[in-house]
Amino acid sequence: MLDTLKIPEQHYLHDGHSLRSWLLTKDHKRIAIMYLMSISVMFFIGGLFAVGIRFELATPQGDFVTADTYNKFFTMHGVIMVFFFLIPSIPAVLGNFLIPPMIGAKDLAFPRLNLLSLYIYWFGSIFTIAAMVRGGVDTGWTFYTPYSASASNTHVVPTALGIFIAGFSSILTGLNFIVTIHRMRAPGMTWFRLPLFVWAHYATSLIQVLGTPVVAITIVMLFVERAFGFAIFDPQRGGDPVLFQHLFWFYSHPAVYIMILPAMGVMSELVSTFSRKRIFGYSFVAFSSLAIAVFGFIVWAHHMFVSGISTYAAMVFSFLSFSVAIPSAVKTFNWSATLYKGAVSFETPMLYAYGFLGLFAIGGLTGLFLATLGVDVHMHDTYFVVAHFHYIMVGGAIMGYLGGLHYWWPKMTGRMYSEFFSRVSAITVFVGFNVTFFPQFVVGYLGMPRRYHAYPDEMQVLNVMSSAGATVLGLGYVLPVIYFLYSLKHGRVAGPNPWGASGLEWQMQSPPLTENFTEAPQVIHEPYEYEHIVVAKEKHLV
Amino acid sequence: MSNAVAHADHGHARADAPHPAQQHHFDNLAQQKEAAVIGMWLFLLTEILFFGGLFVAYMIYRVWYFDAFAEASRRLSLFWGGLNTAVLIGSSLTMALAVRAAQTNNRKWTINWLLITTILGCVFLGVKVIEYEDKFANHEVPGYNYDFSYHERHLAVEGHAPAAGEHREPSLSPEQLQQTTQIYFSLYFTMTGLHALHMIIGVGLMLVITWMAWKGKFDAQYYTPVEMSGLYWHFVDIVWIFLFPLLYLVNRHI
Amino acid sequence: MSEHVSPVSLYVTIFLSLMVLTGVTVYSAFVDMGYLNFPVAMLIAGFKASLVVWYFMHVKWQSHLTKLTLATGLFFLAILLAMTLIDYTSKNFTPQPPPTDPAMAVQPH
Repeated sequence: MLDTLKIPEQHYLHDGHSLRSWLLTKDHKRIAIMYLMSISVMFFIGGLFAVGIRFELATPQGDFVTADTYNKFFTMHGVIMVFFFLIPSIPAVLGNFLIPPMIGAKDLAFPRLNLLSLYIYWFGSIFTIAAMVRGGVDTGWTFYTPYSASASNTHVVPTALGIFIAGFSSILTGLNFIVTIHRMRAPGMTWFRLPLFVWAHYATSLIQVLGTPVVAITIVMLFVERAFGFAIFDPQRGGDPVLFQHLFWFYSHPAVYIMILPAMGVMSELVSTFSRKRIFGYSFVAFSSLAIAVFGFIVWAHHMFVSGISTYAAMVFSFLSFSVAIPSAVKTFNWSATLYKGAVSFETPMLYAYGFLGLFAIGGLTGLFLATLGVDVHMHDTYFVVAHFHYIMVGGAIMGYLGGLHYWWPKMTGRMYSEFFSRVSAITVFVGFNVTFFPQFVVGYLGMPRRYHAYPDEMQVLNVMSSAGATVLGLGYVLPVIYFLYSLKHGRVAGPNPWGASGLEWQMQSPPLTENFTEAPQVIHEPYEYEHIVVAKEKHLV
Repeated sequence: MSNAVAHADHGHARADAPHPAQQHHFDNLAQQKEAAVIGMWLFLLTEILFFGGLFVAYMIYRVWYFDAFAEASRRLSLFWGGLNTAVLIGSSLTMALAVRAAQTNNRKWTINWLLITTILGCVFLGVKVIEYEDKFANHEVPGYNYDFSYHERHLAVEGHAPAAGEHREPSLSPEQLQQTTQIYFSLYFTMTGLHALHMIIGVGLMLVITWMAWKGKFDAQYYTPVEMSGLYWHFVDIVWIFLFPLLYLVNRHI
Repeated sequence: MSEHVSPVSLYVTIFLSLMVLTGVTVYSAFVDMGYLNFPVAMLIAGFKASLVVWYFMHVKWQSHLTKLTLATGLFFLAILLAMTLIDYTSKNFTPQPPPTDPAMAVQPH
């Protein structure tokens, strides 16, 4: 039966072939595809800077580039990866594509705003890349004053403005999602029938709307100080540089939850589908998403333990940082409990899910180490921190993104990719990732500072290991580009539901129609009910 | 768990045609309106937090440098500030009346009230230009030619005696004032400048909406853009309601 | 949805109240209430803002979701302010006036 599957005649990719039909589209799916292409470009640019970093750090001396240039490498790597890759990634690509069908809607609440959001993202990216080409920034992605405001000779203003602009893209996406989820659900789609992917994006959108404006105004204050010579953070005129840090981290800490919550949403979908079991503790997982969003706003000063905040404030923030780990742990337990006695399998999306489970656990737990005041005094600004956040951001968020991309690729394109090469890629990424970043925990613990281009000789072995791992990791990231592109022409036709998954998006054809559904879906099932789905999967290896 | 389901109609079997302003992905105009209201409020939320960051910076420095803030605040003209406050509150009234006119299908008065609102907004901006010019002339712009004592010296040179009861000894030395009042004025320009930028955008919005009203795009069922612009306008007014006491009235009683 | 149409008299009443309160704010600035001057001014401003929100912006007649949205925004603004103040109020910090040597001042770019 599966051999006779064909790509449907009418679908959203065929609905107009001109450039105009893409650039002026209101279809959330086309916008998602354009985001996919854009952020992939930014990912590889950010990756190039990582190559530069790891190349320099293969030897203990600073012999590849000058210290100033190295500063630019890690700054640009951070700026691009955080603001132009991770923050948009899952929401702008998978969220945009999937939220309307998942709730049974034709489109997001504000399709033109969605398109504007994309344009703004492009504008911000161009700004930042232009600044990069003209010489870049060396302040670190955190732009701490007074260096960034007064002393740095690099292109702080255009880079900061690029981030400011991209922030609006993030805000508009979040705004769109919140209104859509509240007001566009199909009849019968109550809050507790929503896929957990939607809950996760709702929580993410709250953070985007509430947090981003604060970093925006912080950038404005940095801008006026640097461009006009105003005094806001300038210590010479009574300003407080730590105030910059408070305002910066008020957003930038919740920002990390913008980066991880959508990946957790993907996880819930993957774990459920590939163990053919309802998520254990659905409402706990749903509420934990909200809890993470809210708690994420009250822990920011754990980035500032050694910046000169008061000891009392440090204790409060340390305690609160412990509490924010609890909802994340709830999710991790619930995913694990879902696997228990489930019919688990090992398709590529699920491989990424397994990777996420382990690596996020390590990343999250090391976060607790850092939340501990006494430990952080020693670990702050060492490679321990770098390893911690890469475990979460790469081992967690990027694995979630790749897992989601592999899971919904058949829906988005109508084609299956090579299962063999995708599994090879997933394993390569997992191995490469661990070889890159685990040694960084060790060198960090031994005291190697971050943002230095030289280090003591005795740390070279671990650094070489890390750089070698980075090469493998890079290879793992390049492979999907090849087999995904190959699948567009030569991949097996997927049909509407190749995974036998639950969820309204799998009731659409693959690729979907522009209006998603021909009739408004009737929602009568609870989420993740597998008894009703005919399993039509076929194991395949190319 | 109820399995009851309503089959939503996407406009095919409707007896009455949808309103021309209804977009295809909404079931009805009411849903579209409600979505717009929530969306606009979410945007205003971002504005609350945007200005909020400045207010936080202001609060902290006001506590730290109260005397400097008090001294610097006295350089602002209570007359112009008070006038601008009245103008903005008046424009909020006229804006609310414009929305009401749209609600009651009164095209003529929708346009009239919108135009009056626009004019009041321009008056506000004009007054701000006057105030800013004064600041530049008095060397009260940080990073430009900042000289806090210029104003006093200038008054003395021109032979203006200080107003009765005006002459007091500030608790800070001239050097301290020169340094720490720059934070006040930096925040003054950033806060009022950002506010003025929002006013300019608001005036632009008013012109667009007025044109749309003139073109007859609104009726009693659909006046959403008027209402949304109204929300924006009122918000900008609210920001000023806070800016006025914070910047102009720090310490006027000594 | 605000299909509710407010009478003109309501709007004018709110307008007049706002003007009166503005006058009160200015007047109270000239009265020495010590540390209370600031909270009083903020309370009046907050009340004025509430009038604008409730009546001019029609929130009184809007859905629960709209009211919840507004409350959420204010709540998080309060968090921003309150938690930052946790640091600043516990520092026992007495700001020293910065150096008085103008040559030490940083030049703008």
